Amino acid sequence: MLPQVTTAHYIVLSALLFAIGLFGVVTRKNVVVILMGLELMLNAANLAFVAFSRHHGNLQGQVFTFFVIAVAAAEAAVALSILMALFRLKGSVTLDDATELKG
Amino acid sequence: MDGVMNWLTQDRVGSALVKVLLVGNVAPMLVAFLVWLERRVAAWAQDRMGPNRVGPFGLLQSFADLIKFLLKEDVLPGHVNKAMYLVAPCLAVIPPLVVLALVPFADRFAIADVDTGILAAFAFSGIGVYAIALGGWASNSKYALIGAVRASAQLISYEICLGLAALGVFIVAGTLRLEDVVKMQADGFTIHGETLHGISKFFDWNIVKQPIGAIIFLIAAFAETNRTPFDLPEAESELAAGYHTEFSSMKFALFFLGEYVAIVAMSSLFTTLYLGGWTLFGVENAFEGTTAQTLLQILIFLAKTMCVIFTFIWVRWTVPRFRYDQLMDLGWKRLMPATLAWLAATACVVAFLK
Amino acid sequence: MGVQIAFWLFAILVAGTALYAAVAPKIVHAAFSLMATFFGVAGIYAILGSDFLAVTQVLVYVGGIMVLIVFGVLLTDRVPEEYKVVAPRRWLPALIAGGLCFAAIAGALKSTVWPISSSTPLGDATSTVEGIGRSLLTDYLIPFEFASILLLVVLVGAARLARGQVR
Repeated sequence: MLPQVTTAHYIVLSALLFAIGLFGVVTRKNVVVILMGLELMLNAANLAFVAFSRHHGNLQGQVFTFFVIAVAAAEAAVALSILMALFRLKGSVTLDDATELKG
Repeated sequence: MDGVMNWLTQDRVGSALVKVLLVGNVAPMLVAFLVWLERRVAAWAQDRMGPNRVGPFGLLQSFADLIKFLLKEDVLPGHVNKAMYLVAPCLAVIPPLVVLALVPFADRFAIADVDTGILAAFAFSGIGVYAIALGGWASNSKYALIGAVRASAQLISYEICLGLAALGVFIVAGTLRLEDVVKMQADGFTIHGETLHGISKFFDWNIVKQPIGAIIFLIAAFAETNRTPFDLPEAESELAAGYHTEFSSMKFALFFLGEYVAIVAMSSLFTTLYLGGWTLFGVENAFEGTTAQTLLQILIFLAKTMCVIFTFIWVRWTVPRFRYDQLMDLGWKRLMPATLAWLAATACVVAFLK
Repeated sequence: MGVQIAFWLFAILVAGTALYAAVAPKIVHAAFSLMATFFGVAGIYAILGSDFLAVTQVLVYVGGIMVLIVFGVLLTDRVPEEYKVVAPRRWLPALIAGGLCFAAIAGALKSTVWPISSSTPLGDATSTVEGIGRSLLTDYLIPFEFASILLLVVLVGAARLARGQVR
């Protein structure tokens, strides 16, 4: 018999997702994969929002998730266009190559 | 027999499974017929005979082709990315079948009658692009890759128009649920307080209330299903066969099947949203509460869907292919502003009438 | 019972595919693994009873954002072998950062006194479409409008950025 699924389960899952996303962002060099890690972290936050929304029995958390999704979409579009510009400039999408602003 | 239909139209896991089997098998059968229809209509448009040897009127031609596909050697080219190369054709078939699961074929006869019906349908039809992107990338060939890149851009662009055009229907209907959209078209509209009867119920259909939306939806649907005039991802004169250049035998057949199931899915969505779904001026209730009623409704639905599919084929063999910049120009600079304007107008009219 | 099975299935799917996405040597594999993660998260939303968000998640994340990312991969991933290298020196700090983050959240979870007992079973829920729509156009109208302005600005900005030099 599996134990009852509680809000805590969802929050732990969300924390795990966030940690994995952070791990990806720190270890990877490719801009695209870093972007994926960021999206993963946003998803973790969304998951927590929805879980708490359910916990408290109101829709506020879900409305916030809706906004986060909108912002994530915007972020992905801008990130992709920056990626294209970087690729055109450098011929690669590795973050270590973009060091112009390093002193 | 009536008991069977009663059981089928109830919301149970068992009945859902039976319906899944029903739709999952009828749709590919329909595709076999569609391929034959496509070739016959093409022949008619180009003043030639078309397939007419296998079976009466060549009706069994598709099955002969299927057997050919099955018996052909299953080639796995050496330069492909194996796992992805094998997954892509399967991914091509699944999303349109999932979309079909959301369409109500008759009263209380959708496999999954969800509150977010049409949103879910768009969400799943949007996944179809992965099959093309994955197939093109895994093939490791330049024609396939160019086809895949073209397809990704095209499908994203026209998905927006598709969604915006359908939004008009929801402003009018006030619900996202497909079954309610159909019912609204059967008995939602009144003139001077009197409900419409008989043939005049035609004015209840969304194609009358949303003509511009319907046209834009249809155009976007052509683009979404990669049909001529928008078949740039597989333009044979430029890209060999586009994203499925490297696929053969059954793997190609799956891509082919997915494409035609997508046409069926889009046509049934169009029928549901704009052509009144399973209703036909009250005729659909001729056998109230019996099995015959459900069967009649399914028949009406299929007949309407076939008309839409015929339009797909007809347009394919009439209109030449767009150039790529013309395609993007049409999508972003013409259709999108037109849809937004139409949407605003619809919202104003609905708000004014309230 | 059904809820438990569904939760654990989706939780394993989400965690496993997310982990693979973070460490996969091939970037395309990472992208498609992440797509499965987003699907799993949508499934968990559905378990939590927010059907609208589940569908929005599939529509926006799987059908939009991931397609953009895959598009980016297709356009830029010319030499796949080049990206196989994950800098080993970064593994340790990454593990520490990720672990600390997880520990902090889990610890906070442990020490928090929940205003409502967290062991309340999550029962059946009804449709959330109407509720969310109503909140968006009443209580959250200003953020909603700002979100649309943001999207418009992003549309123009991204087009300008991706276009490069205008002659």
